[in-house]
Amino acid sequence: MHDKTLTQLARALADGETSSRELTETLLGRIDRLDGRLNSFISVTHEQALAAADAADALRAKGQAGPLTGLPLALKDIFCTNGVKTSCGSKMLDNFIAPYDATVVEKLNAAGTVSLGKTNMDEFAMGSSNENSHYGPVKNPWDLNAVPGGSSGGSAAAVAAGLVPAAMGTDTGGSIRQPAAFCGITGLKPTYGRVSRYGIIAYASSLDQAGPMARSAEDCALLLGTIAGHDLRDSTSVARGVPDYTAELGESLSGLKIGLPKEYFGDGLAPEVEQAVREAIKVYESLGASVHEVSLPHTHYAIPAYYVIAPAEASSNLSRYDGVRFGHRCDAPSDLIDLYKRSRDEGFGEEVKRRILIGTHTLSEGFFDAYYTKAQQVRRLIRQDFIDAFEEVDVLMGPASPTPAFDLGANKDPVSMYLQDIYTIAVNLAGIPGISVPAGFAGQRPIGLQILGPHFAESQLLNVAHQFQQATDWHQRRPALAEESA
Amino acid sequence: MMQWETVIGLEVHVQLATKSKIFSGASTAFGAEPNSQACAVDLGLPGVLPVLNEAAVAMAVKFGLGINAEIPEVSVFDRKNYFYPDLPKGYQTSQMYHPIVGAGEVEISLDDGATKRIRVHHAHLEEDAGKSLHEDYHGMTGIDLNRAGTPLLEIVSEPDMRSAKEAAAYLKAIHAIVTYLGISDGNMAEGSMRCDVNVSVRPKGQEAFGTRAEVKNVNSFRFVERAIAYEVERQIELIEDGGTVVQETRLFDPEADETRSMRTKEEANDYRYFPCPDLLPVVLDRAYVDHLRSTLPELPAEKRARFEGELGLSAYDASVLASSRAMAEYFEAVKDACGDAKQAANWVQGELSGALNRESLSIEQSPVSAKQLGELITRVLDDTINGKAAKQVFQALWNGEGDSADAIIDAKGLKQVTDSGAIEAMIDQVIADSPVQVAQYRDAEPDKRGKMIGYFVGQVMKASRGTANPQQVNALLKEKLDQA
Repeated sequence: MHDKTLTQLARALADGETSSRELTETLLGRIDRLDGRLNSFISVTHEQALAAADAADALRAKGQAGPLTGLPLALKDIFCTNGVKTSCGSKMLDNFIAPYDATVVEKLNAAGTVSLGKTNMDEFAMGSSNENSHYGPVKNPWDLNAVPGGSSGGSAAAVAAGLVPAAMGTDTGGSIRQPAAFCGITGLKPTYGRVSRYGIIAYASSLDQAGPMARSAEDCALLLGTIAGHDLRDSTSVARGVPDYTAELGESLSGLKIGLPKEYFGDGLAPEVEQAVREAIKVYESLGASVHEVSLPHTHYAIPAYYVIAPAEASSNLSRYDGVRFGHRCDAPSDLIDLYKRSRDEGFGEEVKRRILIGTHTLSEGFFDAYYTKAQQVRRLIRQDFIDAFEEVDVLMGPASPTPAFDLGANKDPVSMYLQDIYTIAVNLAGIPGISVPAGFAGQRPIGLQILGPHFAESQLLNVAHQFQQATDWHQRRPALAEESA
Repeated sequence: MMQWETVIGLEVHVQLATKSKIFSGASTAFGAEPNSQACAVDLGLPGVLPVLNEAAVAMAVKFGLGINAEIPEVSVFDRKNYFYPDLPKGYQTSQMYHPIVGAGEVEISLDDGATKRIRVHHAHLEEDAGKSLHEDYHGMTGIDLNRAGTPLLEIVSEPDMRSAKEAAAYLKAIHAIVTYLGISDGNMAEGSMRCDVNVSVRPKGQEAFGTRAEVKNVNSFRFVERAIAYEVERQIELIEDGGTVVQETRLFDPEADETRSMRTKEEANDYRYFPCPDLLPVVLDRAYVDHLRSTLPELPAEKRARFEGELGLSAYDASVLASSRAMAEYFEAVKDACGDAKQAANWVQGELSGALNRESLSIEQSPVSAKQLGELITRVLDDTINGKAAKQVFQALWNGEGDSADAIIDAKGLKQVTDSGAIEAMIDQVIADSPVQVAQYRDAEPDKRGKMIGYFVGQVMKASRGTANPQQVNALLKEKLDQA
């Protein structure tokens, strides 16, 4: 049961082969037994999950089940979940029980899915290894010495380890795609504005986007169709119809034009990653696609631009954690300034403080134009790079990350950690969708192929990923840990 | 002695009369239990997002149209970042670089009836903060976030005012415009209009501005004059004593009637403004703006001009009667009821305003309705009653002694006597009863007699219990006394 895809489980539920109760109990049991080694969950919500499973089964008995009714999944601990601790991986919010549901959560609940709990993450989604969590690092199920990637590392590890068939993540600079690549699963970052941000704890508002992480592109299509759509509570969500992503998965790739950005195959790319990606491209050629070299000339400015814009927004977004109304408050403050200083000093971790400092500095009088304004100009150029490229080709392909998962503790230097996101970060700046699919291994560590499309081309992206998964079995590989009967 | 000139600019914060807040659905009503009108968005809970209230946009645009301002097609919300306990998100959403209303102008009227144009630099939308409550918390501070997120329109003038009186007149003009437009209740006591004053002085004739001080917490028409008077004196004394004015923010203390330094320029916050990534730029299409323009009522300046030009009122009367929407509407209703603008203006400004002032009532609270006053004036105009009786009728209406002027006139028997036979009889009686006065009158030089006739008029009016037509009494008396 635990190694099946969401689509397979949906069929099993529909055919009466299993019940949501049975599925939920099985997976909660696996979490209880296995997650001590992975640390992929911050909160496991046994009671609520079983109640939701029973409700789903009751609905099915009445003949009122929808396509997702009774399917278990997990939520990154960045989604506000009514009555459940929503920590965002931070000591600051360790005591925060969200009083409302994020729109994504509301939609998943309405579809009848069953949340098993909240997954671990880098604090406030700031990180690429999940080592920045107040709740400790997450281990990669393929190799417990390796990181699972970040910031949605808990979601990726839980799916890879067979603890849940799917999980929700968020992606501000690669936080869905890179952990998906490191853990050998499929992860989609939708177009900015496709999925409502309401109730998702903000890191960088102009870049944050939620998306599904699962065992196949088909599963991602099923979930995206559920969570996407215009939301009156999020002014940046786009009023645009939601296609039936599952229905569009059958298209042939004959005639598909694939662009390979030359900047994505340069220095710093691990040879085994490059090799796996080039092998994947060959599979596409065999499916009838043609390959073209393209250029995204401003690629190298993406990381610097991102590390101005994202911290600037974060420094403002995180000002509300001041110890006054909710979250961590220091003991016995002597005055207001002491309350602010110690509450924030104690509540935030090192990387979060670093980004607040960077952002506060770049927005300061005298520096604003040199940093923020310039970064926004660069952002427009990067976006234009992609728009120009998509004049020539249908999709872009390349590695999701320059290396496979690295060892825990290997990247101590923040800048070398930031460079991990070289292939994913520009995508957020441009607002386009991207998906990472499993495409091979370096030893026992998975490698991800990243596929990028124009704004709102999720249907096409999902189909391109799906066709690859029809022709290969990388996405069906499971780590040994997942197969332990434990 | 050096001659000094005062230079004043005002920043007026007007609370817009929307039902819900600028970025959330919570109510804006005043006076509710603390924090009962603060929703997740107002509390700044993790994950919440703002959604712009279109009603606030419409009100801001109406104001812009009301001051003939340029309305830019695109305006943008920015975040103003600073920490304060009653600022839940750690930033205030405002408009720094691209405000919703561009440059415009406001006409003010001065005491002598003259008018002056004050330029408005811009007006922008922003959200209000909550309130910190320092009393009754045993040394702690209470936070009430009911007000957090209430829409404000901040109206920033050019430094065009040259006296405290002009500043107060400007504030009154803004008050009149926003209440005419119905975009604010203008209630200063409840904080619906708040004002910061920028004041500097310079030697008369000098072109360059002096260094200014910003005075905060100036929240009534009266305080504006007092704060400026204090600040001007302080600055002039400082300079004349060889000192210099420093750029700083000062707080007006109405109890002590003085301003005190809050922070200097060096201590000023760096607000780190940047465009709010949670809100899209506001794009106003022409059709929308034109539609709003078509809904604008007649505004004070136009009304003033019409009262003066069409109705023939004096500049002063026109300006007072147009000063508030309620006053203007009352006056026009009286005028329509009696058909005489000048009489209507005299009554509203004289008897009615006097009575209202005595009892500290606003025009909306007047116990005498415009219709009642109009009917009363009609009875003066058609000679049913004389002026003296009219005052009695007004007093009776004020006291609620009757529903209409006619009812009171009947009940009190105040109908004017115009029957010359009846008046003649009373005159004859008075002449017969006053032989000494009649003799004196007749002995006097003709040019002295004018004054002396007053006595006889008084006696006749007394005999008629005030109902005789005074003009008739006068004419008949003169005729009879001069006969012999």
